[in-house]
Amino acid sequence: MSTLLEINNATLKFGGVVAVNDLTFSVEEGEVYAIVGPNGAGKSTVFNLISRFYNPYAGSITFDGHNLLDRNADSVADLGIARTFQNIELFDHATVLQNLLVGRHRHRKTNLVQEMLFTPKVRQEEKRHREAVEEVIDFLDLQPYRDKMIAGLPYGVRKVVELGRALASGPRLLLLDEPASGLSVEETQDMRWWIDDIRKQMGITVLMVEHDMGLVSGVSDRVLALADGAKLAEGTPQQVQSDPAVIEAYLGAGAA
Amino acid sequence: MRIHFKTSYEHDIRLFPDWWSFCVYATLIVIAVALPWLMDDFFLGEVTNVLIWAIAGLGLMLLTGQTGQASLGHAAFLALGCYSCIIFMEQGWPFLIAFPAAGILTGVVGTIIAIPAIRLHGIYLAIATIALSILADDIIVLMEPITDGVSGKFAPMINIFGIEIERWTTPDRFYWLVLAVTILCTLAYRNLLRSPLGRAMAAVRDSEVSATAMGVHIARTKAAAFGISCAITGLAGALMGFYAGAFNNETFSIVISITLLMMIVIGGLGSIHGAFFGAVVVAFLPQFLSMTKDLIGGSSVAIPGLETGVFGMILILFILFEPMGIYGRWMKIRIWFELFPFARKDMFKRQKSYLKTERLR
Repeated sequence: MSTLLEINNATLKFGGVVAVNDLTFSVEEGEVYAIVGPNGAGKSTVFNLISRFYNPYAGSITFDGHNLLDRNADSVADLGIARTFQNIELFDHATVLQNLLVGRHRHRKTNLVQEMLFTPKVRQEEKRHREAVEEVIDFLDLQPYRDKMIAGLPYGVRKVVELGRALASGPRLLLLDEPASGLSVEETQDMRWWIDDIRKQMGITVLMVEHDMGLVSGVSDRVLALADGAKLAEGTPQQVQSDPAVIEAYLGAGAA
Repeated sequence: MRIHFKTSYEHDIRLFPDWWSFCVYATLIVIAVALPWLMDDFFLGEVTNVLIWAIAGLGLMLLTGQTGQASLGHAAFLALGCYSCIIFMEQGWPFLIAFPAAGILTGVVGTIIAIPAIRLHGIYLAIATIALSILADDIIVLMEPITDGVSGKFAPMINIFGIEIERWTTPDRFYWLVLAVTILCTLAYRNLLRSPLGRAMAAVRDSEVSATAMGVHIARTKAAAFGISCAITGLAGALMGFYAGAFNNETFSIVISITLLMMIVIGGLGSIHGAFFGAVVVAFLPQFLSMTKDLIGGSSVAIPGLETGVFGMILILFILFEPMGIYGRWMKIRIWFELFPFARKDMFKRQKSYLKTERLR
């Protein structure tokens, strides 16, 4: 296994608040890596650093040999990094199909004029995108919702559509921000199988933030525990769960 | 109830979902082409006006309905399209070159103006574009040597391969010209909607943060939307100039900008149909009002502000009761009939939306 994503000594401050403090970790190709931690620990902030929504104060982030800090937020996807959001960020006034097709945007090969004339090349590309999207629909069992507007869909389905949109882009690294939050026990179980399949069948590396320890210990190879923006513990799910520092961060001093 | 049974990806890509809708639109076009033989010149002129407004509406719809960027400056682009087309023709350019050139010029200018403007969001963008509308008036007056300032310009005769087209002497030919432009603009719009750029625009409208994460370049997409929108608006402006016959700095006032924005809201934001429905309302409202006034035997004295008042009231009623506009109502009625008798009253109720990642903007 080779290292896919490497974060070295990343620090991010909002005014006086240190959101991420000298954080170093790396994700190996083909693994499921989970980040856990109490609220406000900086988990989502780490995602936003990788997505380049935030600029780190210090440190470096490299993906497969590319320096991510050289890139803008919109060219991160070109490297094959796709993500979901904690508070579902779908395109509400579009259908599921259109949402998934936006996921294919990084594979756009045609220009404005060709698209306005809808040349044969555009048509051919559209079919290719449609085919790729159909595979995702098939994988996530989204067939009943294909032509439904997002605005009318239940929460659980939206969550799956967002996962589908990220998958449609054909990523190498998938960032899942709380994939199971707000899902029922059954839906969480589905999510667990999907994450397993995404890694095993599609060979996609997964980096996720999750609170549900059942899901985390079920799918992830390694876990990173964060508190106050700094690394608390790293290792297998069992190691991290039994780490005294982690127990203290969650339950308070003296609980261990 | 019709069920689309899709057997290939082609079904999702082609312009019409099935034969039935193809036939409906084909019939519509046939009727539209035959209209000069079915109507007298007065009503043909009114229909021409509807189509011109619809083109302008398509332009603004692309920007406001599709990309979510409100603009109150589109009268400036109508003016630019109008003046540039007619000035090009006065330089001896044939119409077939001057007309597209005016559209392209307006599009390029629109894109250049967009570069600073797209940094603004929502109401601030609307305010900035109002300034554009107001400036256009002054610029036309200041550039008197080219634009003839307050005294205005007259639209020349259009000549396409020896066929002379003029609004008053050959209203049927002018109507066909406008119809052709309308169909071309609608087709281009429709093609955009089913290709990556159109989807990127909708993505920018609904969530900039996730559009960015999917690799959509926000600024470039907005600039493209501005460019195409302004180009289409410029074409509509040129046609408006020919329709009016004479125009000056006051023809394309800020009122036109506001009317245009209200028109697409009433028609239904985000749909091609909406631009057309809205144009029908805008173009026929004055005629409708004067006819009803005659009908109820009102005095022949003009009531100032009646038109604007009624228009504003219609807008308020739509925002209160049918935010999706005429097209939204039309869809509801259609679905009600298609599902009959299974339509439920709360079928169109929106689910409460969830909180958005606002702070990442």
